[in-house]
Amino acid sequence: MTVVATRLAQAVAPSRRHRLVRQLSNVAVLTGRNLVHISREPLQLSDVTIQPVLFTALFVYVFGAGVVLPHGGTYASFAIAGMLALNLTTSAMGTAVGLSDDLNGGIIDRFRSLPMWRPAVLVGRSVTDLLTAVICTFFVCVTGLLVGWRPEGSVASTIAGLAIFLFFSYSLSWGCACLGILSKGPESAQGVGLVVLFPLAVVSNALVPTARMPTVLRAVADWNPISAVTAACRQLFANPNPSATVHSWPMQHAIVTSLVWSFGLLAIFAPLAAHLFARRTRG
Amino acid sequence: MIQAEGLKKRYGETVALAGIDLDVPAGAILGMLGPNGAGKTTAVRILTTLALPDGGHARVAGFDVVTEAPQVRRNIGVTAQNATLDEMLTGRQNLVMIGRLSGLHRADARNRALSLLEQFDLADAGDRVLKGYSGGMRRRLDLAAGLVTHPPVLFLDEPTTGLDPTSRVRMWGVIRELAADGVTLLLTTQYLDEADELADRIVVVDHGRVIAAGTAPELKTKIGGARLEVTLNAPDPAAVGALEPYVDGVIQVSHDGRRLRAPVRSGDGLATTIVRALDEAGITVDDVALHQPSLDDVFFALTGHPMSEPASGGEDGAEPSDAELEVALP
Repeated sequence: MTVVATRLAQAVAPSRRHRLVRQLSNVAVLTGRNLVHISREPLQLSDVTIQPVLFTALFVYVFGAGVVLPHGGTYASFAIAGMLALNLTTSAMGTAVGLSDDLNGGIIDRFRSLPMWRPAVLVGRSVTDLLTAVICTFFVCVTGLLVGWRPEGSVASTIAGLAIFLFFSYSLSWGCACLGILSKGPESAQGVGLVVLFPLAVVSNALVPTARMPTVLRAVADWNPISAVTAACRQLFANPNPSATVHSWPMQHAIVTSLVWSFGLLAIFAPLAAHLFARRTRG
Repeated sequence: MIQAEGLKKRYGETVALAGIDLDVPAGAILGMLGPNGAGKTTAVRILTTLALPDGGHARVAGFDVVTEAPQVRRNIGVTAQNATLDEMLTGRQNLVMIGRLSGLHRADARNRALSLLEQFDLADAGDRVLKGYSGGMRRRLDLAAGLVTHPPVLFLDEPTTGLDPTSRVRMWGVIRELAADGVTLLLTTQYLDEADELADRIVVVDHGRVIAAGTAPELKTKIGGARLEVTLNAPDPAAVGALEPYVDGVIQVSHDGRRLRAPVRSGDGLATTIVRALDEAGITVDDVALHQPSLDDVFFALTGHPMSEPASGGEDGAEPSDAELEVALP
């Protein structure tokens, strides 16, 4: 029995470390695990590397030939904020797919039987997605620079523009986390995500100015969070921003609106994801 | 170290556990024996905090599995039936990750991973990705993963299912070493020889209930002595009557009427006696065999149905499969 007693003490000892430190360490470990996954299959990253390059080049050369901006400026300088919108929105689905993979595999039972902070699985996934979003942003910007885009504002405001997009993408990934937890498998998570997010990204000011859209679509586009973030970004890049002349409140206050959306999505979806995750892993 | 009282669990209409009691003292190995779907995995899931019971309660290492789940998790190691490791990581990365998530410092987690890889003969494969592991290697790593934090209580859910005989024997060796270290162990298995080989005590589970409990010898004595198998030259209904005085239970007769099986009380010269009795009844005997009872026989005696599904096979099988046996009451 003494053998057992010392064993018990030994097993309990590590728990005395500070709680927050342990939680952060759990998140770091799981983020590291996700990054190892990516390093094993670099093609997983195609949606934040090859796709942004391809989309940016295609849209600038194909759409750029036909779209005339109402107040002048080149399509390339207009399009880069929109390309960030399109690519970051679709890549946020990585969270849904990754989480669904974990939850439907055996590994989740291993995590659940460990004395760890369970939400670290969620947070680690969202941190991983923030890192891939940074990669995505990098590729969009580099391609943009190559096809003639130039940020005309100060360095600080350009960085602020990128930060606004990354924040929005991070908040959105918590919505995708909910989707991933609720879905039956990674494929269905991706399918549903695409059906919701792709139209949202297209019915916005991201690819074309909204002025000539049919009334209903235009109303949707002007109040679409993706439009607000894109307009805010154009404003901070000092790029052509036709939305500035649209008389709707969100387009007139694009930076505030985009921050409100991002905080709002995060405030709703992060607790919801934590709740759904706890429910799904309860047993 | 492991105590359960009246554990119940249902999934929809299916009753997985109909009220199970368990008691495993510190340092003991309990073998939980039963066919697929008997409720073994459900019991393990509840005891390892992966599932909540619908009724009853259980304590592991002194902590309640429902209200003190975090403390339970700190004291247990689990090797589940399905793969619970990360396929995309190497063996070493898996062990380090589990150590870190369990609260070990980086250096401690690394050292622990290294010593476990060595202990489980995986040192050479430690830096290979799991996808390339054989079934036996995977099982050993799974077991190692359960031991990272030196847990005093260990749950092994069918640790050798799907392994080849060599890997199985190797796994048994590993489990025995753990037991020698004083770890309390609950092991589920479908293999009677495995429970017989490893467990101090055995509970036989069927349809979510414990139908028998005891040591292997105790369970064997429950159905008396040996098992008799007689093969006749030609079917003869008189054979049942001739065997009856020596038999201790039901006589099973194969469909072709030539093969008979029954439990008997072993005694000196029993085979001779039986052959003589059949001979006196004018029955020609091709073969007589006496087997010491296996847990398979215990299971049959307790439940009235065989433990494992009969293998589909041809007519030429030397042993009558249970499917072709009918029960004749003496």
